[in-house]
Amino acid sequence: MKIYDARYVLIGLAIFVVLFTIPFWYNMGKAVPAPQPNLDTPVIKQMAVKQCILPLAEMRTGHMQILNNWRTWVVRDGLRTYVAADSKTYNMSLQNTCMNCHSNKTQFCDQCHNYAGLKLGSTPYCWTCHIAPKENQ
Amino acid sequence: METSRRNFLKISGVCALGLTALPVADVLGQTDLPKAIQNQQALTGQHWAMVVDMKKCWEKGKEGCVDCIKACHTVHNVPDIGTVKEEIKWIWTDNYENVFPGQNNEYNVQNLEGRPFITLCNHCTNPPCVRVCPTQATFKRQSDGIVMMDFHRCIGCRYCMAGCPYGARSFNWRDPRPYIKTELNMRFPTRERGVVEKCNFCAERLADGLLPACVEACKVGALSFGDLADPNSVVRKLVASHFTMRRKPELGTQPNVYYIV
Repeated sequence: MKIYDARYVLIGLAIFVVLFTIPFWYNMGKAVPAPQPNLDTPVIKQMAVKQCILPLAEMRTGHMQILNNWRTWVVRDGLRTYVAADSKTYNMSLQNTCMNCHSNKTQFCDQCHNYAGLKLGSTPYCWTCHIAPKENQ
Repeated sequence: METSRRNFLKISGVCALGLTALPVADVLGQTDLPKAIQNQQALTGQHWAMVVDMKKCWEKGKEGCVDCIKACHTVHNVPDIGTVKEEIKWIWTDNYENVFPGQNNEYNVQNLEGRPFITLCNHCTNPPCVRVCPTQATFKRQSDGIVMMDFHRCIGCRYCMAGCPYGARSFNWRDPRPYIKTELNMRFPTRERGVVEKCNFCAERLADGLLPACVEACKVGALSFGDLADPNSVVRKLVASHFTMRRKPELGTQPNVYYIV
């Protein structure tokens, strides 16, 4: 088999492969550390049983659906009390309930959202309206 | 493949039965799901309404008192942009001629001319803003008749502003946050650029068992709030015992803010 203009083709191919894989070379050995959402807030410290409204795994994967449901229930249905699986009740409010415990938005929300490539302040755009807690800044 | 009519009908029947499996499973699986309920302390009504006693406001209130406006705009983080064109207001005052344009007799009772009236969203029984909203961002709450805004859904088309005959809606032409001159209420959100806002009859306060902020703030009791469906409510009694006016009744929107003059 003979490749016409093999020299150019192969050089071009090599340049293409290098360019295409540059992001991998560029970031090699520089693994971004996995986010460690910080739970160290005054309110959480004082809790005897450190338990969110649902088990950790469910919160981690499903908090966006929960917030979406909360929004629908509160705004559209006028229902504001959430009855958790352990029959504890919570006021459904991002600003007043979630952020009351997790008063460290930059350490708690932003860390993972940045890691996952969600642009700060644009997705999810909760904080254009909801007021983020003051973090002694 | 040949099949008899009888067999075909039998299989069809079984298949149709299968369609019921999902709803049945839904009902059975629903037992211990977490659920949402109404706040226990919430004020509940079927037909919220307000009666504004302008006589009390003028006679007993101080000249230029804006307690109700201040209270509302503080509680709801309403910005003060400073220009008329971009003004954002939930409750405001306007003069008699503008509030009741159909009532402009050539010779009016003197004490009405140019007098300031408290105006706010009328939470109409037949709200035009709701009818024109393309995203159902504004909707009439079936349980108590409050015309609500879902800011999450608002796309800022301003049809509702064109639809509202009372000018009760304001548009956020710019990010309102730098213009909030009152102390920020950390318990209530602000709005963002590109959404429409208006009075919500303090739905968030009713859920906590509190009266609307303006009603609470009025020192002379000119504002009354209650359930028109309840014959013993304050508003029902006031409406029954006084001659009241509503804004532009000829439009058929059935406003739920009544005025005693």
